Amino acid sequence: MSAEFLQFLLAGLTAGAIYALVALGFTIIYNASHVINFAQGEFVMIGGMATVSLAAAGLPLPAAIAAAVLAAAAVGLALEKFAVEPARGAPVVTLIIITIGASILLRGLATLVWDKKIHALKPFSGDAPIRIGGATLAPQSLWVLGVTLVIVLVLAWFFNRTLLGKALLATSHNRLAAQLVGINVRRVLLVSFGLSAALGAIAGILTAPITFTSWDVGIMLGLKGFAAAILGGLGSGPGAIVGGLALGIVEAMGAGYVSSAYKDAIAFVVLLAVLFFLPGGLLGRGGAERV
Amino acid sequence: MLARLASARTGGLGALIVVLALAPLAFTNNYHYEIAILVALNAVTCVGLNLLIGYAGQISLGHAGFFGLGAYGSAILTARYGWPPLAALVAATAGTALLAYVVGRPILRLKGHYLAMATLGMGIIISIILVTEERFTGGPDGMAVPPFSVAGVALAGERAWYAACAVMLLAAVWLALNLIDSPAGRALRALHGAEIGAQVSGVDAARAKLAVFVLSAVFASVAGSVAAHYAGFITPAKAGFFHSIELVTMVVFGGMASTFGAVAGAAALTLLPQLLTVFKEYEMVMMGAVMMGTMIFMPKGLVPTLAARFGNGRRT
Amino acid sequence: MSLLVAQGLSKAFGGVHAVEEVSFAVEPGAVVSIIGPNGAGKTTLLNLLCGIYRPSAGRILVEGRDLTGRPPHEFAAAGVARTFQNLQVFFNMTALENVMVGRHRHERRSLAAAMLRPPALAREERAARAEAAELMRFVGLADWLEAPADALPYGALKRLEIARALAARPKVLLLDEPAAGLNPVETQEVNALITRLAARGITVLLVEHNMRLVMGVSDRILVLDYGRKLAEGGAAEVRTDPRVIEAYLGAEEPADAV
Repeated sequence: MSAEFLQFLLAGLTAGAIYALVALGFTIIYNASHVINFAQGEFVMIGGMATVSLAAAGLPLPAAIAAAVLAAAAVGLALEKFAVEPARGAPVVTLIIITIGASILLRGLATLVWDKKIHALKPFSGDAPIRIGGATLAPQSLWVLGVTLVIVLVLAWFFNRTLLGKALLATSHNRLAAQLVGINVRRVLLVSFGLSAALGAIAGILTAPITFTSWDVGIMLGLKGFAAAILGGLGSGPGAIVGGLALGIVEAMGAGYVSSAYKDAIAFVVLLAVLFFLPGGLLGRGGAERV
Repeated sequence: MLARLASARTGGLGALIVVLALAPLAFTNNYHYEIAILVALNAVTCVGLNLLIGYAGQISLGHAGFFGLGAYGSAILTARYGWPPLAALVAATAGTALLAYVVGRPILRLKGHYLAMATLGMGIIISIILVTEERFTGGPDGMAVPPFSVAGVALAGERAWYAACAVMLLAAVWLALNLIDSPAGRALRALHGAEIGAQVSGVDAARAKLAVFVLSAVFASVAGSVAAHYAGFITPAKAGFFHSIELVTMVVFGGMASTFGAVAGAAALTLLPQLLTVFKEYEMVMMGAVMMGTMIFMPKGLVPTLAARFGNGRRT
Repeated sequence: MSLLVAQGLSKAFGGVHAVEEVSFAVEPGAVVSIIGPNGAGKTTLLNLLCGIYRPSAGRILVEGRDLTGRPPHEFAAAGVARTFQNLQVFFNMTALENVMVGRHRHERRSLAAAMLRPPALAREERAARAEAAELMRFVGLADWLEAPADALPYGALKRLEIARALAARPKVLLLDEPAAGLNPVETQEVNALITRLAARGITVLLVEHNMRLVMGVSDRILVLDYGRKLAEGGAAEVRTDPRVIEAYLGAEEPADAV
């Protein structure tokens, strides 16, 4: 395997892990509420920006990270309570506009609370590059991959082994049936939003040392995360992960071998291709609502 | 019945004519004209978009892409290839229509969220191409656009531009109203109301959706071409995601399935940021709040909600 | 030539054979009823006959033309009209506009003409409105001419769908449980309406549970059970066919036998 190929692969996996986390967030919310949360990217932004500002204010990094994740989770809960809940049962267009409005609102608040500058977070364990078979890997990438793996395992345990996790799964399959067996669906919704927000925030924190963070970093990451979720199959947790990694790799390979100028377009070309030819995604259940 | 319908339509058109004719009396400087022209151009785009979203019940989160294609089409053909502006406008519109036709066929087989995301992806791809092909488009900084002229006579001065855009808006509204109250228009609205019932009544759903998609793209493209010539400049942001969202918000805020609602929405949301320049930093917060607030408290939009409140009931 | 012919029609959804090997022919001007227990496949059969479902096997001929597998709007163009058990009313339009949509296959569809509204189109619009109003009166909805569709009560909406179907000037009208949810008075009105339609020479194929209505209007009755054709014949034959009685009504005598 050539060094160049390996380099692209590693870069793709790193970016892909971030997309996977964002996609998981989309999936969890979609499963609980059938809402596509356009504000998902803003959780990523909040995670990164809050950590930067708290660390700059003197908090030790682990504390700043924990506080930032909690802040993002709180925003997620607020989003569910004030934006999504009041619009229960509204048509798709309405819900889409609401979450887009929420994302714009959050970005606006971000410029007021913080600023419009680009910020960097210090890498968690230095930036001495690691050599692997001719390619270099930043230590932060190992953090990204490692933490993502841990999160995936924890979530698998959560959904399959805990009562709350199973309640979330049950609600996503059949809301009415879940209510009838005594599951507090409202609480499930809140937990879903909080959990998704936390995932997004973690993604933002992990990637901040590599890709930096700013008030508008959420837009593209959110959209690409969504493309990843669709690629893997909207509504499928494993699909989100597979989709995220696959998208990251395709993007890196495309940028490396075909055209780096059009790197950002790759995710959307993939999105359209999936929607046209395989709307169920790679691992999805049920297809798109086609005519 | 017929008389009532005619009067609602001609009444609305009449009111619009009066407003457009009298508004300049309130303008005290060129800036006011500029805003009015901006409103008119946004309104034209929104009237077309409303046909797609409000009447036909589809959705597009990428319509700024069509606006941008019209703008850049006119810009490139006139600035780089010396085409006469009118010919360039026609060519750009035809090109956009063709793209909408080709892309629309697979996209409109989708529904709901999937349709929304596909149009989103389409719009973003268009805007990325416009940014990246610097040789033609001038890249992220945009490019200059020659003035609009027909047979050597240039359209110049705020008053002349205002008149032209006002006429354009009236034409767009008139065409849209005619369409809505016609067999083709009823077919579209029927598709929105009950798709299977419409199909069984003989409506070719795929063809009808594609037709209105292309039509709304044409409205956006023409508005884009004109906007480019008016401003003398065009940037890729005009084709971007945020502009697409602005357009949808205008349609939704003003009232879906209401042509005058689309105009009102365009006016309201074009004026709002201008009024808020004092609070420039709060612009995004306000925009987001407006979007959320409208959809939560006034989901039918401004004009239909007011119409229902004042006992009208008749949709225009 | 028969107006509507089904040959070996089958429709399977996964492992469920909703309709299996159903064949019959409907002569012009006849009123044919399709009856059968719940789940017998009656609505699926109607969906096949207007193109909403594509058959898994078999053929459908309308006036001799093979329309198997064609989309619904082509069936409409061939003269098939249909009403729905679960209403497909356009609640975003007025009652009159609902009926006008029924005419679609006879109307000019061009967007360009619609937008420019030449005088010819304006005249056609006026004629279309008048015709739709006439149809609404024919089905007994004269009181609702100006109303938005969502203002009509359930019974009126069912008749609205019939008016819409008639606006197409169909060759054959498929009615899916037109009397469902109606009280005895309204049912009698539907009975009278179908008789009027038959008198006008419109071929009617109707799915119904209400035996009084069925026995009253039908020239022939088709009985379905588990997706298969169980029996076919005149009212008297079918009513006394032991297989029908067993499948539909069990061993006892039917309570509302006519």
